[in-house]
Amino acid sequence: MSKTIHLTLKIWRQNGPGDKGRFETHPAKNISTDMSFLEMLDVVNEQLTLEDKEPIAFEHDCREGICGTCGTMVNGRAHGQLKGTTLCQLHMRHFADGDTLVIEPFRARAYPVIKDLVVDRSALDRVIQAGGYISVNTGNAPEANTLPVPQDRAERAMDAAACIGCGACVASCPNASAMLFVSAKVSQLALLPHGRPEAARRALSMVRAMDACGFGNCSNHRECEKTCPKEISIVNIARLNREYFKAAFISQEN
Amino acid sequence: MNWFSAALGSSVGKKLMMALTGLAFIGFLAAHLAGNLTIYGGKAAFNGYAEKLQSLGPLLHLFRAGLITFALVHVLTGLYLFWLNRRARPVGYRMHATAGGRTLSSRTMPYTGIVILVFVIFHLFHFTFVDKTATTVFDMVAAAFNQPAYVLLYAALMIVVGLHVRHGFWSAFQTLGVNHPKVMPTVSAASIAAGAVVALGFGLLPLVIALRY
Repeated sequence: MSKTIHLTLKIWRQNGPGDKGRFETHPAKNISTDMSFLEMLDVVNEQLTLEDKEPIAFEHDCREGICGTCGTMVNGRAHGQLKGTTLCQLHMRHFADGDTLVIEPFRARAYPVIKDLVVDRSALDRVIQAGGYISVNTGNAPEANTLPVPQDRAERAMDAAACIGCGACVASCPNASAMLFVSAKVSQLALLPHGRPEAARRALSMVRAMDACGFGNCSNHRECEKTCPKEISIVNIARLNREYFKAAFISQEN
Repeated sequence: MNWFSAALGSSVGKKLMMALTGLAFIGFLAAHLAGNLTIYGGKAAFNGYAEKLQSLGPLLHLFRAGLITFALVHVLTGLYLFWLNRRARPVGYRMHATAGGRTLSSRTMPYTGIVILVFVIFHLFHFTFVDKTATTVFDMVAAAFNQPAYVLLYAALMIVVGLHVRHGFWSAFQTLGVNHPKVMPTVSAASIAAGAVVALGFGLLPLVIALRY
């Protein structure tokens, strides 16, 4: 049985990158508990539009929890309080009638605010461009058994590949470090034979790109793995460190 | 050597330096605690330990030089990381809640570190860099801990050191890449144990001295 709840939103408003920004309070009335968090924001925006006010800008795309586009801080938690969930998959049944929600954009020096809750996460793309790929000549697909991959290894690579690049790890990290993201992207390739030929160069250049983007440094607080909507483990960060040390101190790559 | 400084200068390299020097200091704490425990054997045993340490001569100087180098690396890298990490989020959150990762120990690392630095300098001038011609180490320590203020101060500071070790120990393994389902439960448990041993092992000594001597 669906019911409706009334909420108060304390929400970050910022007209543009240069604007100072401020918190505004908006009511969210008659919210069905079957709605997702983003649908609740849609309802608030419809009301704002009717009142001839500027709607709240927020990012969203698939609304199925797989694209990594959405995400804001809700009461101090990236993607809200529910474990292993993106904001679009957080439903209003997890909130109580009369709740006050503080909604802020993801904050990091590497994530400049574009408008309201929308931040520029292209720093993550620059890290991928630095090495988050393998180089293969196109042509016929090779025979599948040429490169045997043990099942458990394939599973671990898939666990790392579950990263949707939403950037919540950076937002939740007390140091705004991107280590969980970078480690997932390095790990998914480092675990498979296809990724080994470029593993050393990848580890060096992706860490270099990460540092150049102005992310913080990992202090092993583990906030990232607890917040990650795909529950990616910091075991991947240990693997990135191993890959980096091998590449920096043993390999011939610079 | 360009590649070497570039590797150590990266975010992962700076963590590596923190981990290696940190582990070395945990080794030092273990040796220091083992030495201090001779105080349970009485005045002669403790003074004997101190004399033995002094008789090492050049080896002791070499060891001290190593400790100072490691301390410089650990403290300067740590402070630099602290500054970089604060700079990485220039606009803070109005509300920032934990998802269950941070611990009291992990969130206070830079602060406990600074407190430990100040304490170590004080401690060196208190017991190490003093003229011991007219007295023995035992008499000096016994005199100090007959003042309740020193007992309280040292006991409180050992809790701070224990907190720092509690996060630092497992953190060093994680940084070195030793995070594996087979070993991590042991390392995590050992980290809590190491913190407790440091806090209790060192922290109870002033009280024992005050009560016994």
